[in-house]
Amino acid sequence: MKPILQVEHLTHTYGVGTPFQRSAVEDVSFTVADGEFLGVIGHTGSGKSTLIQHLNGLLRPSSGRILLEGKDIWAEPKKIRDVRFQVGLVFQYPEYQLFEETVYKDIAFGPTNMGLSGEELDHCVREAAKLVGLSSQTLDKSPFELSGGQKRRVALAGVLAMRPRILVLDEPTAGLDPAGRENLLANIRDYHRNRGGTVILVSHSMDEIARSVDRLLVLKSSRILMSGTPGEVFARAEELLAAGLDVPQITHVARRLHDKGLPIDPAVYTVEDLQRQLLDLRKGGASC
Amino acid sequence: MSNMIETRALCFAYPARAGEPETQALRGVTLSIERGSFVVVLGHNGSGKSTLAKSMNAILLPSGGQVLVDGMDTRDEELLLEIRRRVRMVFQNPDNQIVANVVEEDVAFAPENLGVPSEEIRRRVDDALAAVGMSQFVQHAPHLLSGGQKQRIAIAGVIAMEPACIVLDEATAMLDPVGRAEVLSTVHRLNREKGITVVLITHHMNEAEGADRVIVMDEGRPVMDGTPREIFSQPEKLWSMGLTVPDTVSLLYGLRQEGMDLPLDALSVEECADAVAAAMTSSSKGTEGQ
Repeated sequence: MKPILQVEHLTHTYGVGTPFQRSAVEDVSFTVADGEFLGVIGHTGSGKSTLIQHLNGLLRPSSGRILLEGKDIWAEPKKIRDVRFQVGLVFQYPEYQLFEETVYKDIAFGPTNMGLSGEELDHCVREAAKLVGLSSQTLDKSPFELSGGQKRRVALAGVLAMRPRILVLDEPTAGLDPAGRENLLANIRDYHRNRGGTVILVSHSMDEIARSVDRLLVLKSSRILMSGTPGEVFARAEELLAAGLDVPQITHVARRLHDKGLPIDPAVYTVEDLQRQLLDLRKGGASC
Repeated sequence: MSNMIETRALCFAYPARAGEPETQALRGVTLSIERGSFVVVLGHNGSGKSTLAKSMNAILLPSGGQVLVDGMDTRDEELLLEIRRRVRMVFQNPDNQIVANVVEEDVAFAPENLGVPSEEIRRRVDDALAAVGMSQFVQHAPHLLSGGQKQRIAIAGVIAMEPACIVLDEATAMLDPVGRAEVLSTVHRLNREKGITVVLITHHMNEAEGADRVIVMDEGRPVMDGTPREIFSQPEKLWSMGLTVPDTVSLLYGLRQEGMDLPLDALSVEECADAVAAAMTSSSKGTEGQ
């Protein structure tokens, strides 16, 4: 598949010349294919948030380049605003950024700034609301009357309404309860599947990310530690654990079963897969 | 043993807003939190768990019923300082809890206000920062720390007050797994070694594993109350309330549905794997024998 985004030798240093000088991202290179669902994982302070703020030009690299469809996004700094429409970034706790009188107006804010109006704008707003499962009655409410999970959906819809080529989400489910988390992830997966949009999901929850993404990028101390499919990444559990990262709980169970001599894949990361392997094994055993 | 916190038919309603009726967040909660215990309160958003937490140190006052902290009624304004001294809260968002420009000053803020002698403050600040694994950041500026690190500073600030009880209101929600594990092991250690009562409000099921007791809230009432094993061996009931169970329990449940003889209360990875391995061995022996 053709790449939509290329990050080349990206380095970002905060507080140059102060006692707090620190590289948050160091020599990071990777490519995102058009339509891919990429997960970025790493623990607090690993540089995830700094990295993604480069993808739509909120931060400018200290060195290195970001190419969007082959074009350096900083080639013409005055046009960086266009990049922000194409790469939609949903921040951590985006519900704190809601400000309009109604949900409708809040979702319409981004596309209005892009120059949309009238029917086209209305269509964008309603489509985005539908993508995240907000009813049309909700559109007339004040965003501040909504529950935390719904507010977050409004914020997500506000970004989707700009129809970005790439959707970047920074810890989208933090602070939501299990039902809210699962709903929001389902919205994102549906958006990815039905719209074929490129999605970059940043999370520190292995369990959550493993179930959604095609490919995982693992960050450790400002650098890329590994990348691959969830299966490939979790097969290197020892390294992940040594790096202070966890693997899904079910992978721990699979590893222990494997250590006990059962022929189970120790890189399994979903309950369903492990259950299937165990049941197959049991059936196989019965046929002996 | 006396109770650290007691609620008696506690009700709380958030006042009505324009066009909307008042919201009954708590509908008659009667609970006792034993001194020295580690209690986890689970529930989905809107179940009333945070309202319950905020009623435990008089941030919210009952609209019906009573809350007693160490026997003191939270509605008695004269006792407010005493109550807050005993029960301290840690909230979800660390940015709202940090006041100073240097980490050690932030942790020292509350004990300084109480007039604790400076040598004693030094000891408490150092101990508290060590307890949350942030000793190397003593001189740092809090705003340059990550979210997880800030939360550990906020918890250190609470620990420095040496309260009898800590209530954590989704205090781990913004932390990564490592940060969360550190905070959890910190509060477990404070509970074990200093006998501090811990009430942990969360929707991370895995955090309930090591608790003495788990209370599940739904629609403003406690609907389940028991040991983690007792609670998690009822996955269907939890699922029906929009809650999840640890993946270990999901696996055991799924395998049981397929006819395997397994317990549901093997919560930890080790117990779960051991139970599954044992069941696999016995089932293959069973078929060999046929």
